[in-house]
Amino acid sequence: MRTASSLIEFAKRVSGAAPGRFFTGLLSVMLGVFLWEVLSWRFTPLFLPSPGLTLQSAVELWDDGTLIQSIGASLARIMAGWSLGVLIGFPLGMLMGYFPFVRRLLDPYVEFFRFIPPISFITLAVIWLGPGELSKVILITYTTVFIVMINTIAGVVATSELRLRAAAALGASRFKILTTVIFPSTIPSMVTGARVAMGNSFLTIVSAEIVAAQTGLGSLIWTSRNYGKTEWVFVGIITLGVLGYLCDRIVRLFVKRTLKRYAVAV
Amino acid sequence: MASISSLPPAGAEIRLEKISIEFGGLPVVSDIDLTVGAGEFVCLLGPSGCGKSTLMNLVAGFVPAAAGLATIGGNPIDGPGRDRGVVFQSTEALFPWLTVQENVEYGPSMRGVGRAERAEAARHYIDLVGLSHAASRFPAELSGGMRQRAQIARVLINEPSVVLMDEPFGALDAQTREVMQAELDRIWQATRPTILFITHDIWEAILLADRVVTMTAGPGARLKTIAPIALPHPRELASPEALEIYRELREGIAEEVRRTLQAQGLDRGIAA
Repeated sequence: MRTASSLIEFAKRVSGAAPGRFFTGLLSVMLGVFLWEVLSWRFTPLFLPSPGLTLQSAVELWDDGTLIQSIGASLARIMAGWSLGVLIGFPLGMLMGYFPFVRRLLDPYVEFFRFIPPISFITLAVIWLGPGELSKVILITYTTVFIVMINTIAGVVATSELRLRAAAALGASRFKILTTVIFPSTIPSMVTGARVAMGNSFLTIVSAEIVAAQTGLGSLIWTSRNYGKTEWVFVGIITLGVLGYLCDRIVRLFVKRTLKRYAVAV
Repeated sequence: MASISSLPPAGAEIRLEKISIEFGGLPVVSDIDLTVGAGEFVCLLGPSGCGKSTLMNLVAGFVPAAAGLATIGGNPIDGPGRDRGVVFQSTEALFPWLTVQENVEYGPSMRGVGRAERAEAARHYIDLVGLSHAASRFPAELSGGMRQRAQIARVLINEPSVVLMDEPFGALDAQTREVMQAELDRIWQATRPTILFITHDIWEAILLADRVVTMTAGPGARLKTIAPIALPHPRELASPEALEIYRELREGIAEEVRRTLQAQGLDRGIAA
């Protein structure tokens, strides 16, 4: 009983919702699973496996280590690539937003590359960076950089003119204004970009793993086809959804804890 | 405290000679001649949109002059600088990610004043504006009046020779405004910078200023009258002298407002 209530407590904290809203969400999920169950009665498991069968295969895949290994492989690639992307995209966006020269210099590339889906680079990534982890990580970085950069530029441009004037009148140099006014003003847009990029990283990693990986959730989903295991596909998809949700929650929790003063709306 | 208190606290003279300012090729103010003496408190009074703020932005170094010469203590104005502190009407000018203490320390930290030294100076000025109890709070946690006090402390810590105030109490409720006006009067008596203060509140101008300057309606606004207010501080607004000054200023302003409305064809019903 104690563990159950503390589990609910934990879930509430992670979801960040008030009790009433939390239970509405829970009810909605239960209803969805119920509909899925009813639908599955009408079809073969190959076409639509039931929730029970899916849970059972999830337990099997967990027990033989496949699931945890796939999660680990995908998460490691996303975390490495996404972090690197944020670290590159944020300063680049700041410089492009603040210095018109840098903006003009890089704009042609940004405007060209941001329309090219990351997955179209998978062949080149494998040729240039090898079939190992690096090609996947860099692909995630590529995905993240543009989204974070474009959001950061928007944040720089939207920096309050009043605060820029106030800083200048208080004796701040042009460089100091960049670090003490524009940088903090831009954090909310950067966080928005980072969160969107997190979602896109999940899209990219699955495509990349389907095309060129032996491990990871994308690979798990793709190999299930060879065994006619539709329930494994379901396990992979549901795991992705839950992972994405948790990652976003962790980012939000981190932002709430550490970046509160920058008025980031999460 | 050495590098902070060693600055001369006395005000510097603002001199504007034949100043014109244009915006998008259109004249905002034209041919302005005005000298604000060192340590003097001058109020700029005029109808909305007459170019008061633009004139102040010129002195602050935010906008350039199309013609004429503007100097501070004899030196031509070239961009913003910490010799001219600016208190904005909107408290959005405070940095919301910094506490009151950190906001006030901003100026000294920009010129490399050490941590302990600037913290001590900030405490002094926060105390001067009566915000000691709220030093560790963020602007969003303060009332409008408290935020304006924080802005004033943030400006005064730089010990500017000129303080520019653009309707600093315009967004406050009447009671808070009265308290803030009395506080400003007290602080000015104590620190004596030159103050150029913009307002459209005639009573506020009479309460605070050594001289009240009125402007004509824009575009291409000019100075209309310059009226000395020779009443002792702190001032009593209910006195017959104050009422007489009020009546004169009000008539002058009303004339300009009527002129603006006539120009816009909106005077029907008012003209009579």
